[in-house]
Amino acid sequence: MENQDNEKQEFNITVYTENQIGLLNRIAIIFTRRKINIDSLNTSPSEVESIHRFNIVITESEEVVRKLTRQIEKQVEVLKVYYHTNEDVIWQELALYKVSTDVIAERVSVERLLRENGARVVVLRKDYTVFETTGHREETDNLISILQPYGLIEFVRSARVAIIKDSEGFNSKLREFERLEPGEDVIENEYLNKGQKVFTM
Amino acid sequence: METQTITQQIGEITEKSVKSPVVEVSGSEALLEALIVEGVETIFGYPGGAIMPIYDALYDYSDKLNHILVRHEQGGIHAGQGYARTSGKVGVVFATSGPGATNLVTGLADAQIDSTPLVCITGQVFAHLLGTDAFQETDVINITTPVTKWNYQVTDATEIPEVIAKAFYIAKSGRPGPVLIDITKNAQIQKFDYTGYTKCDHIRSYRPKPIVRPQYIQEAAELINSAKKPFIIWGQGVILGSAEQEFKTFVEKSGIPSAWTVLGAGAIPTDHPLNVGMLGMHGNYGPNVLTNECDVLIAIGMRFDDRVTGRLDKYAKQAKVVHLDIDPAEIDKNVKSTVPVWGDCKETLPMLTALVDKKEHTEWHDKFKDYTRQEVEQVIEKELNPTTAEMTMGEVIKQLNEITKGEAIIVTDVGQHQMVACRYAQFNNTRSNVTSGGLGTMGFALPAAIGAKFGGQNRTVVAIIGDGGFQMTCQELGTIMQSGIDVKIIILNNRFLGMVRQWQELFNSRRYSFVDIQSPDFVALAAAYRIPGKVIDDRKDLPSALNEMLNNKGSFLLEVMVTKENNVFPMVPQGCSVSEIRLK
Repeated sequence: MENQDNEKQEFNITVYTENQIGLLNRIAIIFTRRKINIDSLNTSPSEVESIHRFNIVITESEEVVRKLTRQIEKQVEVLKVYYHTNEDVIWQELALYKVSTDVIAERVSVERLLRENGARVVVLRKDYTVFETTGHREETDNLISILQPYGLIEFVRSARVAIIKDSEGFNSKLREFERLEPGEDVIENEYLNKGQKVFTM
Repeated sequence: METQTITQQIGEITEKSVKSPVVEVSGSEALLEALIVEGVETIFGYPGGAIMPIYDALYDYSDKLNHILVRHEQGGIHAGQGYARTSGKVGVVFATSGPGATNLVTGLADAQIDSTPLVCITGQVFAHLLGTDAFQETDVINITTPVTKWNYQVTDATEIPEVIAKAFYIAKSGRPGPVLIDITKNAQIQKFDYTGYTKCDHIRSYRPKPIVRPQYIQEAAELINSAKKPFIIWGQGVILGSAEQEFKTFVEKSGIPSAWTVLGAGAIPTDHPLNVGMLGMHGNYGPNVLTNECDVLIAIGMRFDDRVTGRLDKYAKQAKVVHLDIDPAEIDKNVKSTVPVWGDCKETLPMLTALVDKKEHTEWHDKFKDYTRQEVEQVIEKELNPTTAEMTMGEVIKQLNEITKGEAIIVTDVGQHQMVACRYAQFNNTRSNVTSGGLGTMGFALPAAIGAKFGGQNRTVVAIIGDGGFQMTCQELGTIMQSGIDVKIIILNNRFLGMVRQWQELFNSRRYSFVDIQSPDFVALAAAYRIPGKVIDDRKDLPSALNEMLNNKGSFLLEVMVTKENNVFPMVPQGCSVSEIRLK
């Protein structure tokens, strides 16, 4: 247990917050203060109005991550924080690739490569074509290296979004935050008692 | 001039809210109304361009809100801290934009690390000028984010009642802390329909205190009851939670020797038989050594600061740790707990008291007494009853104790005098030790003493300050003069930046690098501010000088010349374990 705690690995930190100006900074400085690099950061509205969800990926030991999540959850406008290893989540990154349409048309092999890599055409124009893939980092990296010889014009990748495997009751829990009356702390216990799987105060 | 504020016109007042008939008010008026409902009496502040509308409104509220004009915004915020620490209420500070706001940063950091409830109001340039590098514009929200519990920028006056209510609630609830509200000038001027003020008692994303889990209380009690050598270490959490009585009951029933962190001093009286002394780098011998001998360590409202723990990997490794704290982020942060008791100690301590056995632990207490005997022989006696020609800091504190009988509020700055004062001052009451603990802010004491005088009502306030720290904020003598504040100031002058000099002596082969500090004639400086003063360098003058100071109506500055190169002992050298504490 002790060793596992100190071994660095990728962790997915999920943060539910109010939609508040300055909160991104408040959360970001929790990492920067400790000189921890954020590998990936996605923030977007959750399924509940006015509540945002952050997906943050960092490479750290569980002990550090546990402390960080508590510091994040301590922030006034943070509703909930969870952390998970890659095994505990299903995640995807979206990638867009722009290549010359001429090259595509001339070299059929390219089209085949794209198909084999699960790429989808988003825009097809005379001068260029934009493909899209979703997947893990290695998959998108792989396609970049494949396309590079054929004149990849531009590439962009999104932050990681991750969904938690063991997240039963998340949505209903989130809905409870919509109610503005004093939070019923007893609800917390269910989550506390789940032990290590789900982090919560 | 008879002024009528909106709260005088209202029909309905409850504990939580003041309803007003719809009246048109400015953002500034709404702010001041909010302060009145929140029970604010004293504001420490300094005006400037971007906060002028608030000051203009304040002109009509001067019969309800006492504004103390400080000499520097840092002085203002330290005064707010002194007020909050002695009163248990929220300190309120006003400052203007730009330099006014940046001058608050040290105080915010200090209040953040020492969990002091503050609401700071800063003026800001007009909303349409934000981000244009306007005159006295600074990004105060981003500058202060790491050093505030919460901050918020108001750009529309209608937000003011709700935001101020939130600010007070956040500042004082749970683990307290500083809140900064930045109000753009247009919002201060803007008129809107005001309908009253409702105090905030809930924010959906904010849980000020965790729920207490009886299972952990049970486990903690079992551990404590099975312990042969239990040891309590307590911190400011006991005071912040107003749990002094609950704590005393717990300590007395369990009979466990108890030691305090610097900020925990006074939660139970210094001479309480179960109080075994101070923890940490310059704490007492027994509490430090026996930390590494106890079998159950019960930490209450303290955060295992490195100045308390010394080398962490050699800290209380043999002990099972019960950690009571309101802030879950503190649990397992530095020291792994065997049983974490998350919660407000005002709730958890009585639960624990009910389950612990009544014991005396006589043998275990004798061990502490043994160490005390050694410390008295080798350190304390020399410090309190010196035979040297020159005076020691310790004997000044001892004399002071004899005259004040431990009833005074002692405000200290940072350095050797602070450690000596904390070690030797007698505290009969809680909220009597005001010092900069976590941040170690030199220059804290003089302005904090001003605030402490207001927060401590009619209690005697004695500021004990070094010759270095005094020169950092001595401009606040002007505040003392103008507002006629009765603060007794003792400067312990060793003509050195003593603590750094001590380290240079012990660890840098006496290479005294820039610690030799010259001072002005402090008594003449005080006189320039029409504050009477005296300087003494002979111990036979000490009792009479202290009496003269304490009996003087109004403020007084007493400069005591003490030994130049005296060291504070015991000492846990940096990087050493608490049990490697040195007596010389």
